[in-house]
Amino acid sequence: MLKNKENRVMKIVIYVVCIFLAVLSVLPFWIMIVNATRSTTEIQQHAISLIPSSYMMNNIKILLGKSFNPAVGFANSLIISIGATALAIYFSSLTAYAQVAYNWKLRNVFFSFIMVVMMIPAQVTMIGFYQMVYKIHMTNRLSMLILPAIASPTMVFFMRQYLQPTLSMEIVQSARIDGAKEFMIFNRIVLPIMKPAIATQAIFSFVASWNNLFTPLVLLTDQKKYTMPIMVSLLKGDIYKTEYGSVYMGLTLTVLPLIVVYLLLSKYIIAGVALGGVKG
Amino acid sequence: MKSKKPGYDRYAKYGYIFSIPFVIAFLLFSLYPTVYTAVIGFTDLKGLGKTDIHFLTDDLFRNFKTVLSSPSFQLAFRNTVVIWLANFIPQMLLALLLAAWFTDKRSKVKGQGAFKVLLYMPNIITAATIAILFSGFFGYPMGPINDLLVRFGFIDAPIELLRSKTVARGVVIFIQTWMWYGSTMITLISGILGISPEIFESAEVDGANRVQTFFYITMPNIKTILLFTLVTSLIGGLNMFDIPRLFQDGKPDDATLTTSLFIYKQAFSGSYMYNRAAAASMVMFLIIAVLAAMMFFVMRDKDEAQLNKQIRQQQKAYAKKMKAGKENASC
Repeated sequence: MLKNKENRVMKIVIYVVCIFLAVLSVLPFWIMIVNATRSTTEIQQHAISLIPSSYMMNNIKILLGKSFNPAVGFANSLIISIGATALAIYFSSLTAYAQVAYNWKLRNVFFSFIMVVMMIPAQVTMIGFYQMVYKIHMTNRLSMLILPAIASPTMVFFMRQYLQPTLSMEIVQSARIDGAKEFMIFNRIVLPIMKPAIATQAIFSFVASWNNLFTPLVLLTDQKKYTMPIMVSLLKGDIYKTEYGSVYMGLTLTVLPLIVVYLLLSKYIIAGVALGGVKG
Repeated sequence: MKSKKPGYDRYAKYGYIFSIPFVIAFLLFSLYPTVYTAVIGFTDLKGLGKTDIHFLTDDLFRNFKTVLSSPSFQLAFRNTVVIWLANFIPQMLLALLLAAWFTDKRSKVKGQGAFKVLLYMPNIITAATIAILFSGFFGYPMGPINDLLVRFGFIDAPIELLRSKTVARGVVIFIQTWMWYGSTMITLISGILGISPEIFESAEVDGANRVQTFFYITMPNIKTILLFTLVTSLIGGLNMFDIPRLFQDGKPDDATLTTSLFIYKQAFSGSYMYNRAAAASMVMFLIIAVLAAMMFFVMRDKDEAQLNKQIRQQQKAYAKKMKAGKENASC
């Protein structure tokens, strides 16, 4: 009896806390979206409201009339994120396959090396990277934000963890007997086996690339090459100082695609986060 | 085992061949920039568009000395540590609490899937956007927070909240916690679900309550994952850039200046001090490397100590039980 009552109280506490946190997750974005539909005057009178108004088109007009260009930011971010993700996925899988399928002398040394460099963030070596890119006149080239993805130590680590128990060498052997070349075996047999790991890693690689601010901020100075996060940072500038409605509209335009994609893929994303913990 | 078989090594070369793209990209885009950053730290390289390097002749370590003795860098480092600690501790506690609730069989929290999706959501949104959004929320004279405070009568007229160092730093800490506790929670949940259910069952049979189960069964069993979270969070925290940069750009009074922001400002504004920025980068590089290594060793040693302690406790408990059993029997 007593235990039941205690249990019920406990449950109420749990739900209240969880619902509070869920509201806390949604509310800032809700206020943002609502304010994106309100006029600057309305926002100046009452900056917080839960009910949308009717100035959406007006805000969009003011927003696009100035330096903020979401289409350009979107396109550049898309090119970089897709390019970097594709390269990271393909070459990390290939490197992981080399770890799992072949018995070579430096294999373990190489893996220990990957484990060590995994921890080192790219940010602390940015000065050298910038100087190198500047010297060869490649700043403002999107390729400088894409090509480094070929060496993604963290992804190699996860791909190896996935491939190790999954890959059966018998399949590889029988393909060899059928006369398939090693490279062909990787492309035709191993990559399809890795699909689940590829899906998870692709999502995280894409999101990380999409949200990255530091590297593009250092390398890109040409407005036509700006990525979404740099575009967003323009909203803080003086030209939008008094245009509250359009600033919220700009932020909304950058957030909405992410939220939609997130809600569609949330199942895989949550599973992927969980995997990261266990495997790490 | 198979390596004795003739013809086996025929394939070994592919191990090297398939690793070549990774190695080349790593040498070009990671190792070379790292070494180059270290080298620049010993030179006089400064000024926009300059690339030619000359090693310092008077004192090779001058940049390092300047950076380490600079009050601005020291403040940035203190800020970074304070902001990280102040967001990591509540983030971890909240994540542990939620993970314990969500995995507790007795509570059977419904709608867990939806809660996980919502609590994790801030993590997926561009940090740059979130920083600007919150800077708008705390706007003066008419931001949403001021609006709320006035409407509910906490203050009579709007105040410039972000001129206070405490408020500015507090908001950065809040954003970091808010963005990351969901991720930590999911990681911990998956760790707890990985513990063999038999351990929990036997604890329940032995009459352990929720709190006991959590501290004596759950916590010791997810130690590796806790370490993983700690290390990744620490490394992320020491590189904190997006939020402080776009929230207040280090203001007010450098209260939200982090080391990454310090490095960025040294190198890409003012007099473009690439050399000092490189020296500061190398300091951070070394700290990160040492901390990560140290923590692994500490945890490994603790593991052993913990195991010994557990064995002793079990022996004690067993002895107690035996004694109690004898007393009961004699009654």
